[in-house]
Amino acid sequence: MGLKLNNNLIDSIRQHSARDYPSECCGVLLGRAVGDSKQVTEVVPLTNLRHDPSRAQKLLPLDDPGRETEKNRFLIDPLDQLRVEKGARARGLDVLGYYHSHPDHPARPSNYDREHAWPWYSYVIIAVERGAPKDLTSWVLAEDRSAFGAEQLEVTD
Amino acid sequence: MPVKVIIPTPLRQYAEKKESMEVQAKTVAEALGAITSQYGDLRKHLYNDEGKLRSFVNIYVGDEDIRFLQKEQTPLKEDDVISIVPSIAGGVNLCCICS
Repeated sequence: MGLKLNNNLIDSIRQHSARDYPSECCGVLLGRAVGDSKQVTEVVPLTNLRHDPSRAQKLLPLDDPGRETEKNRFLIDPLDQLRVEKGARARGLDVLGYYHSHPDHPARPSNYDREHAWPWYSYVIIAVERGAPKDLTSWVLAEDRSAFGAEQLEVTD
Repeated sequence: MPVKVIIPTPLRQYAEKKESMEVQAKTVAEALGAITSQYGDLRKHLYNDEGKLRSFVNIYVGDEDIRFLQKEQTPLKEDDVISIVPSIAGGVNLCCICS
């Protein structure tokens, strides 16, 4: 299964990652799954709930809140997901996956990413080096949750 | 009473690709029980080995998180909409931060 998205959508993700640096940014990929490919038609930037540690900790506690912050962790508010999903459904779109940034780290999924991932979704990761967006990759979790596999990314005009 | 359960995209593959299901239930536990008894593969994604809802799974009745209501014993009204919302979280390897 491959992920298709156009240059404008990629630019939107890149700009979001630079804007939120040195924090991790996050957002949702909306579109349609057709056969073996997912066509992204909209990306929606969302707030990293780790900026609000007291609420985030209630929803998904961190092991070490002293070291784990919005600069190395992200969490999406499920209420934001609910709102975006409702709007998407009304337009005939589905949630195809999510994107997030890795500030000053490579665009590869971490163990923490894998432990929290769901099957089927596309997980787009963008590396940001000293504030500048770099590599952008996409990943899908293996059915047995053992690893992420790189997903083919098809960029259209 | 009839209620609707919205299935998120990653779990539809275990429920014949259905976007939602209508079930008869008086509580959230009954509604989730109804969908997992029909589609057994959903169970392992929603519950852990001890039979408790996974911490990565959020359940909403309308716009209300059942954590802040009566959890799985939250009562339902006719035509309530129950949403299964997967937790979306991630981040970098902490070992990299040490180096």
